Amino acid sequence: MKLVYFAWVRERIGKPEEEIDPPASVRTIGDLVTWLSGRGEEYAYAFENAKVIRAAIDKTHVKSDAAIGGAHEIAFFPPMTGG
Amino acid sequence: MTVRLQREDFDIGAEIARMTAGRTDIGAVASFTGICRGSEGVVAMTLEHYPGMAEAEIQRHVEEARSRWPLSGVTVVHRYGRLQPGENIVLVVATSSHREAAFAAAEFLMDYLKVSAPFWKKEERAGGDGWVEARHTDAVAAERWTAEGSTQDGRKPEAAE
Repeated sequence: MKLVYFAWVRERIGKPEEEIDPPASVRTIGDLVTWLSGRGEEYAYAFENAKVIRAAIDKTHVKSDAAIGGAHEIAFFPPMTGG
Repeated sequence: MTVRLQREDFDIGAEIARMTAGRTDIGAVASFTGICRGSEGVVAMTLEHYPGMAEAEIQRHVEEARSRWPLSGVTVVHRYGRLQPGENIVLVVATSSHREAAFAAAEFLMDYLKVSAPFWKKEERAGGDGWVEARHTDAVAAERWTAEGSTQDGRKPEAAE
Protein backbone atom coordinates (compact mmCIF):
# COMPACT_ATOMS: atom_id res chain seq x y z
CA MET A 1 0.00 0.00 0.00
CA LYS A 2 0.99 3.59 -0.52
CA LEU A 3 1.65 5.92 2.41
CA VAL A 4 1.57 9.71 2.01
CA TYR A 5 2.70 12.27 4.56
CA PHE A 6 1.95 15.97 4.93
CA ALA A 7 3.28 19.06 6.73
CA TRP A 8 5.61 18.33 9.68
CA VAL A 9 4.92 14.60 9.51
CA ARG A 10 6.38 14.68 5.97
CA GLU A 11 9.32 16.81 7.09
CA ARG A 12 10.17 14.59 10.06
CA ILE A 13 9.99 11.35 8.03
CA GLY A 14 11.93 13.03 5.24
CA LYS A 15 9.80 11.94 2.27
CA PRO A 16 6.35 12.72 0.90
CA GLU A 17 5.31 9.13 0.11
CA GLU A 18 6.43 5.52 0.00
CA GLU A 19 5.22 2.01 -0.75
CA ILE A 20 5.12 -0.36 2.20
CA ASP A 21 4.24 -4.00 2.81
CA PRO A 22 3.52 -4.39 6.52
CA PRO A 23 3.14 -7.83 8.14
CA ALA A 24 -0.36 -9.32 8.45
CA SER A 25 -0.40 -8.56 12.19
CA VAL A 26 -0.69 -4.84 11.33
CA ARG A 27 -4.46 -4.53 11.08
CA THR A 28 -5.39 -1.00 12.12
CA ILE A 29 -4.14 2.55 11.74
CA GLY A 30 -2.91 2.34 15.34
CA ASP A 31 -0.99 -0.86 14.57
CA LEU A 32 0.53 0.80 11.53
CA VAL A 33 1.72 3.80 13.57
CA THR A 34 3.36 1.45 16.08
CA TRP A 35 4.98 -0.59 13.31
CA LEU A 36 6.24 2.51 11.47
CA SER A 37 7.62 3.98 14.70
CA GLY A 38 9.91 0.97 14.97
CA ARG A 39 11.39 1.48 11.50
CA GLY A 40 13.77 4.26 12.44
CA GLU A 41 14.30 7.39 14.48
CA GLU A 42 12.74 9.64 11.82
CA TYR A 43 9.46 7.67 12.12
CA ALA A 44 9.69 7.57 15.92
CA TYR A 45 10.12 11.37 15.87
CA ALA A 46 7.16 11.91 13.51
CA PHE A 47 4.86 9.71 15.60
CA GLU A 48 6.26 10.54 19.06
CA ASN A 49 2.95 12.15 20.08
CA ALA A 50 0.70 9.64 18.30
CA LYS A 51 -2.55 11.05 19.64
CA VAL A 52 -2.19 14.30 17.69
CA ILE A 53 -1.56 12.52 14.38
CA ARG A 54 -4.53 12.37 12.00
CA ALA A 55 -5.02 9.66 9.40
CA ALA A 56 -7.01 9.13 6.23
CA ILE A 57 -7.70 5.96 4.26
CA ASP A 58 -8.27 6.53 0.55
CA LYS A 59 -8.83 10.24 1.20
CA THR A 60 -11.40 9.85 4.00
CA HIS A 61 -10.71 10.75 7.64
CA VAL A 62 -10.45 7.72 9.93
CA LYS A 63 -9.70 7.05 13.60
CA SER A 64 -6.81 4.98 14.91
CA ASP A 65 -8.94 1.84 15.30
CA ALA A 66 -9.88 1.81 11.58
CA ALA A 67 -8.97 -1.38 9.71
CA ILE A 68 -6.40 -0.91 6.96
CA GLY A 69 -7.23 -4.06 4.98
CA GLY A 70 -7.99 -3.18 1.36
CA ALA A 71 -6.61 0.36 1.66
CA HIS A 72 -4.81 1.72 -1.40
CA GLU A 73 -3.53 4.96 0.09
CA ILE A 74 -3.09 5.85 3.76
CA ALA A 75 -2.20 9.41 4.77
CA PHE A 76 -0.72 10.70 8.03
CA PHE A 77 -0.74 14.39 8.90
CA PRO A 78 -0.99 16.89 11.78
CA PRO A 79 -4.24 18.63 12.78
CA MET A 80 -5.41 20.81 9.90
CA THR A 81 -4.90 24.56 9.77
CA GLY A 82 -6.55 25.71 6.54
CA GLY A 83 -9.18 28.38 5.99
CA MET B 1 -22.12 24.46 -6.49
CA THR B 2 -18.48 25.22 -7.12
CA VAL B 3 -15.43 23.99 -5.20
CA ARG B 4 -12.04 25.08 -6.51
CA LEU B 5 -8.45 24.86 -5.28
CA GLN B 6 -5.97 27.09 -7.03
CA ARG B 7 -2.65 28.90 -6.71
CA GLU B 8 -3.91 32.12 -8.25
CA ASP B 9 -5.96 34.84 -6.61
CA PHE B 10 -9.75 34.99 -6.93
CA ASP B 11 -12.08 37.88 -7.76
CA ILE B 12 -14.84 38.07 -5.16
CA GLY B 13 -17.08 40.28 -7.30
CA ALA B 14 -16.75 37.99 -10.32
CA GLU B 15 -17.55 34.90 -8.24
CA ILE B 16 -20.70 36.49 -6.83
CA ALA B 17 -21.75 37.85 -10.24
CA ARG B 18 -21.44 34.36 -11.74
CA MET B 19 -23.72 32.96 -9.01
CA THR B 20 -26.43 35.59 -9.33
CA ALA B 21 -26.42 36.27 -13.09
CA GLY B 22 -29.86 35.91 -14.67
CA ARG B 23 -31.54 34.87 -11.43
CA THR B 24 -34.35 36.65 -9.64
CA ASP B 25 -34.95 34.07 -6.88
CA ILE B 26 -31.82 34.93 -4.90
CA GLY B 27 -32.47 37.44 -2.14
CA ALA B 28 -29.30 37.03 -0.10
CA VAL B 29 -25.59 36.61 -0.73
CA ALA B 30 -23.28 35.97 2.24
CA SER B 31 -19.56 35.81 1.63
CA PHE B 32 -16.50 35.25 3.81
CA THR B 33 -12.95 35.98 2.70
CA GLY B 34 -9.95 34.78 4.69
CA ILE B 35 -6.83 36.93 4.27
CA CYS B 36 -3.18 36.25 5.12
CA ARG B 37 -2.21 38.30 8.21
CA GLY B 38 1.19 39.89 8.61
CA SER B 39 1.05 39.94 12.40
CA GLU B 40 3.90 38.83 14.66
CA GLY B 41 6.57 39.26 12.02
CA VAL B 42 5.07 36.92 9.43
CA VAL B 43 6.56 37.76 6.02
CA ALA B 44 4.81 34.97 4.08
CA MET B 45 3.00 31.68 4.51
CA THR B 46 2.88 28.51 2.46
CA LEU B 47 -0.30 26.48 2.28
CA GLU B 48 0.18 22.77 1.72
CA HIS B 49 -2.80 20.57 0.86
CA TYR B 50 -3.72 16.96 0.14
CA PRO B 51 -4.82 16.99 -3.51
CA GLY B 52 -8.02 15.07 -4.08
CA MET B 53 -8.95 14.82 -0.42
CA ALA B 54 -9.13 18.58 0.11
CA GLU B 55 -11.68 18.96 -2.70
CA ALA B 56 -13.62 15.90 -1.50
CA GLU B 57 -13.82 17.12 2.11
CA ILE B 58 -15.03 20.57 1.08
CA GLN B 59 -17.55 19.04 -1.33
CA ARG B 60 -18.84 16.75 1.44
CA HIS B 61 -19.50 19.75 3.67
CA VAL B 62 -21.11 21.71 0.84
CA GLU B 63 -23.54 18.79 0.44
CA GLU B 64 -24.14 18.82 4.20
CA ALA B 65 -24.86 22.57 4.08
CA ARG B 66 -27.31 22.06 1.21
CA SER B 67 -29.17 19.44 3.23
CA ARG B 68 -29.42 21.80 6.22
CA TRP B 69 -30.43 25.06 4.55
CA PRO B 70 -32.39 26.08 1.42
CA LEU B 71 -29.46 27.34 -0.64
CA SER B 72 -29.50 28.61 -4.20
CA GLY B 73 -25.76 28.21 -4.62
CA VAL B 74 -22.43 27.72 -2.85
CA THR B 75 -18.93 28.62 -4.01
CA VAL B 76 -15.76 27.71 -2.12
CA VAL B 77 -12.34 28.73 -3.46
CA HIS B 78 -9.22 27.84 -1.44
CA ARG B 79 -5.72 28.86 -2.49
CA TYR B 80 -2.51 26.92 -1.91
CA GLY B 81 1.16 27.73 -2.36
CA ARG B 82 3.10 30.74 -1.02
CA LEU B 83 1.05 33.76 0.03
CA GLN B 84 2.11 37.13 1.37
CA PRO B 85 0.34 39.23 4.03
CA GLY B 86 -2.70 40.93 2.55
CA GLU B 87 -3.35 38.22 -0.02
CA ASN B 88 -6.61 36.28 -0.16
CA ILE B 89 -6.56 32.71 1.16
CA VAL B 90 -10.12 31.42 1.03
CA LEU B 91 -13.55 32.46 -0.22
CA VAL B 92 -16.92 31.04 0.81
CA VAL B 93 -20.10 32.40 -0.81
CA ALA B 94 -23.59 31.11 -0.02
CA THR B 95 -26.73 32.36 -1.76
CA SER B 96 -30.33 31.85 -0.77
CA SER B 97 -33.78 33.42 -0.90
CA HIS B 98 -33.29 34.82 2.59
CA ARG B 99 -30.36 35.91 4.70
CA GLU B 100 -30.60 33.39 7.56
CA ALA B 101 -29.67 30.40 5.37
CA ALA B 102 -26.93 32.30 3.54
CA PHE B 103 -25.27 33.56 6.74
CA ALA B 104 -25.54 30.21 8.54
CA ALA B 105 -24.25 28.12 5.61
CA ALA B 106 -21.25 30.39 5.06
CA GLU B 107 -20.29 30.19 8.73
CA PHE B 108 -20.89 26.43 8.89
CA LEU B 109 -18.67 25.87 5.85
CA MET B 110 -15.83 27.99 7.23
CA ASP B 111 -16.01 26.28 10.63
CA TYR B 112 -15.73 22.82 9.03
CA LEU B 113 -13.18 23.86 6.46
CA LYS B 114 -10.89 24.92 9.32
CA VAL B 115 -10.95 21.59 11.13
CA SER B 116 -11.52 18.98 8.44
CA ALA B 117 -10.19 20.13 5.06
CA PRO B 118 -6.59 18.87 4.71
CA PHE B 119 -4.62 22.12 4.50
CA TRP B 120 -1.61 23.13 6.58
CA LYS B 121 -0.06 26.58 6.97
CA LYS B 122 3.64 27.17 7.42
CA GLU B 123 4.66 30.70 8.38
CA GLU B 124 7.90 32.39 7.37
CA ARG B 125 9.40 34.81 9.88
CA ALA B 126 12.74 36.57 10.07
CA GLY B 127 13.74 34.12 12.81
CA GLY B 128 12.78 31.01 10.83
CA ASP B 129 9.83 28.98 9.58
CA GLY B 130 7.19 27.22 11.63
CA TRP B 131 4.00 25.23 11.14
CA VAL B 132 0.85 26.91 12.46
CA GLU B 133 -0.68 24.97 15.33
CA ALA B 134 -4.35 24.04 15.24
CA ARG B 135 -6.44 26.21 17.56
CA HIS B 136 -8.72 24.62 20.10
CA THR B 137 -11.27 27.40 19.52
CA ASP B 138 -11.64 26.22 15.90
CA ALA B 139 -12.52 22.70 17.07
CA VAL B 140 -15.06 24.16 19.51
CA ALA B 141 -16.60 26.30 16.74
CA ALA B 142 -17.11 23.26 14.48
CA GLU B 143 -18.40 21.14 17.38
CA ARG B 144 -21.28 23.55 17.90
CA TRP B 145 -22.87 22.45 14.59
CA THR B 146 -23.20 18.83 15.66
CA ALA B 147 -26.58 17.40 16.63
CA GLU B 148 -25.94 17.88 20.34
CA GLY B 149 -24.80 21.44 19.88
CA SER B 150 -27.20 22.88 17.31
CA THR B 151 -30.62 24.32 17.94
CA GLN B 152 -33.71 22.89 16.29
CA ASP B 153 -33.78 25.34 13.43
CA GLY B 154 -30.20 24.45 12.51
CA ARG B 155 -28.81 27.82 13.55
CA LYS B 156 -25.67 28.04 15.56
CA PRO B 157 -26.19 28.63 19.28
CA GLU B 158 -24.16 31.19 21.17
CA ALA B 159 -20.70 30.16 22.31
CA ALA B 160 -20.67 28.69 25.78
CA GLU B 161 -17.61 30.69 26.81
